Amino acid sequence: MSGASLLALENLSLSIGDMEILRQVDFAIRQGEVMGLVGESGSGKSMTALAIMKLLPHAARASGRILFDGSNLLDASERQMCAVRGDDISMVFQEPMTALNPVKTIGEQVAEGIRWHTGANRADAEDRARAMLDRVGLPESKFPLARYPHELSGGQRQRVVIAIACALKPRLLIADEPTTALDVVLQKQVLDLLRDLVDESRMGLLLISHDLAVVTDMADHVTVMRNGQVMEQGETARTLKEQRHPYTRQLAEASTHVPARAAPPEQAAANATPLLSVENVVRDYPARRTSLLYRPAPFRAVDDVSFSMQPRHSVALVGRSGCGKSTLARMILALDSPTHGAIRLKGQHLEGLNQAALRPFRRDMQVVFQDPYGSFNPRHKVERLVAEPLHLLDEQPTRARRREQVAAALADVGLPADSMDRYAHEFSGGQRQRISIARAMITRPKLIVADEPVSALDVSIRAQILDLFAELNARFDLAYLFITHDLTVARAITDEVMVMHDGRIVERGKTGDVLDNPQTDAARELVDAAPDLDRAIRRRLARI
Amino acid sequence: MNGPIDEAESLRALFVKALANRSFLTGLIITSIIAAMALVSYVWVPYDVTYLPVTNRMATPSAEHLLGTDHFGRDIFSMIMVGARNSIAVAFIAVAMGISVGVPLGCWAAARRGWVDEALMRFNDVVFAFPALLSAVMITAIFGPGAVNAIIAIGIFNIPVFARVARAGALSIWPREYILAARTAGKSATQITVEHILPNIANLLLVQGTIQFALGILAEAGLSYVGLGTQPPMPSWGRMLFDAQTRMIVAPHLAIFPGLAIVVTVLGLNLLGDGLRDMLDPKLRRQR
Repeated sequence: MSGASLLALENLSLSIGDMEILRQVDFAIRQGEVMGLVGESGSGKSMTALAIMKLLPHAARASGRILFDGSNLLDASERQMCAVRGDDISMVFQEPMTALNPVKTIGEQVAEGIRWHTGANRADAEDRARAMLDRVGLPESKFPLARYPHELSGGQRQRVVIAIACALKPRLLIADEPTTALDVVLQKQVLDLLRDLVDESRMGLLLISHDLAVVTDMADHVTVMRNGQVMEQGETARTLKEQRHPYTRQLAEASTHVPARAAPPEQAAANATPLLSVENVVRDYPARRTSLLYRPAPFRAVDDVSFSMQPRHSVALVGRSGCGKSTLARMILALDSPTHGAIRLKGQHLEGLNQAALRPFRRDMQVVFQDPYGSFNPRHKVERLVAEPLHLLDEQPTRARRREQVAAALADVGLPADSMDRYAHEFSGGQRQRISIARAMITRPKLIVADEPVSALDVSIRAQILDLFAELNARFDLAYLFITHDLTVARAITDEVMVMHDGRIVERGKTGDVLDNPQTDAARELVDAAPDLDRAIRRRLARI
Repeated sequence: MNGPIDEAESLRALFVKALANRSFLTGLIITSIIAAMALVSYVWVPYDVTYLPVTNRMATPSAEHLLGTDHFGRDIFSMIMVGARNSIAVAFIAVAMGISVGVPLGCWAAARRGWVDEALMRFNDVVFAFPALLSAVMITAIFGPGAVNAIIAIGIFNIPVFARVARAGALSIWPREYILAARTAGKSATQITVEHILPNIANLLLVQGTIQFALGILAEAGLSYVGLGTQPPMPSWGRMLFDAQTRMIVAPHLAIFPGLAIVVTVLGLNLLGDGLRDMLDPKLRRQR
């Protein structure tokens, strides 16, 4: 490999206090090249990015060299770094909701960096900001400079963030999980935009991601990190095809992991009562009043949805963010009631029942949430957290009996019994998700609604949790309703897929049929946008 | 079973953290001294505050009378001790009143939302719209001056403060997923509030409590100063200031010491509140 590199990390080590964060990280990016940095959480990816920007926490000590255009950034003064940041090196962060200042217009925020670094006057800077926003797909007619961030959707905000980062045509762009907070369709759009920008201005791109498929699609070279060390690096397609390093292989296997599952139950006889049936359900939300006397038509989040689920069946509800999946789930869980329509569990109507009458039904359906950090009261111990649904039993168990039940539930999800005397924050993300599942399992429900249960987890942990779901499905005759935008999860663990779009279910069928051969536009859009490691490797090899 | 050990450990960690927090420690020491003075005054004071040896009036501080005597010859140190008892009792009961009425109202508003929330909060706004001290003057003017009426007057204006803090805290907890999980476990809004909401907003309430406590002491002094609080012969800091003001030139120590007592107490409580907030705020805690 010839040609001077734009950025070269040489033996970069970093420690905070006694903790070693990075150990001798080495890699180089040339102009116009995309380097993918992959690894699981805690592997030091983000710290590497912050080290390049010299935005490290105060206590951090770095050694080694970070050569940008031949000069060592670790020796640069804060003043010199201020001139580099935003001008030569820019960064795109993960969370578009917090990366923009809510009290400034998007125009001001894009123009800010231009004025600061070039000394341009306001009018010139705004012209350039306008041109940049046009470039990232936010045209003047629909997105004037005077828009505020809250008036934009997540995908549009991420475009603004990219516009800010690219406004001065930086030589190096660092994108730290730029699409993790977006749904697959938006993810594809944002990635396409990034790639076009790289091609246009020949900048270097350091793309940090936990998603191997995304990196394979985007990056020319890939660096795999683990525990602050570089495990393997090389040309993307070859590295991921050959998978020489065991850790690379492990990551690749985990991201395409499909748990072994028992054959799905035979379709029940037509006259059997389904476990759950949803009939013509509609949910309207009143629209915000625009004037004193006029209230616009209500917003219809869920529009005439009907389906039924058999016991032991695992069904995925997929769709883009904002399509009404979560609203539907809340109604099924009787946390919200439909405007019209009926929801029946084992043939019994749920809508309109009061909390006391719902108790026997609540025992049969429980929920697992996405965020393993937000789904526990931080002030309770695991015993109390897991035992919470026992409240639904008609007869309250004694304390000793309750501890036994909690221990059994923890054993079901593969956690030791002594976990119950600890607090949730003492566990890792994967373990917390197990606790969450234990809480859902303790009343021996028939239906578990899981809202993006693995999307906040690392790939290897995700594979383990999917295995757990598959095992519990077979052992306890559980039915699952998986709500997800991740088709890999749907493919791994479900028998049937329902595609939701704008509040309606537009397509339904066997998982393999829908995902391999989608019939509707909405489904096709999802399937095309979904990152898929094998396909990405094949595409990349074909390009060479 | 490592439960109790963990708890002891976390208590010790809390203790170490408390010692490391300067403002908390200073506030705690000041507040403890004032509280100790008030408690001791029940069993012992240097001189009886109802005995008026007028011959020895307006004596300057000496070994005999530590802070001097007032215009009736009463020992000022003894009066400040007994006055502390009053100030603390009035402020404490007023804060307790605010918490016991305001917090349930705020939690109820957060749990019910809709018109209940709207009605309660607009009513709050109305109470807030009156300057608190002025309204307290109004209440004591109608029902007559006295410590009990001062407590009620100050207490009423603590209610909307706590209702607001509780509601704001509760609203930020309600959408959390563990609340949804509790709801799918069939728990009622009351149970959820008691088990999940209150423990998570307790720190907010504690900090607000110390601030309101300081404000209560100021309000009591203010009411006594205009003659609507504690009545003679019971000494109170506010009344002492009022009595001293005409004699400021001849005997400045009559005003300085009760004034200092108020300043130091309020400062101590504010420091305590600040320290508590720093200690209990998990965001600040992580930075350390």
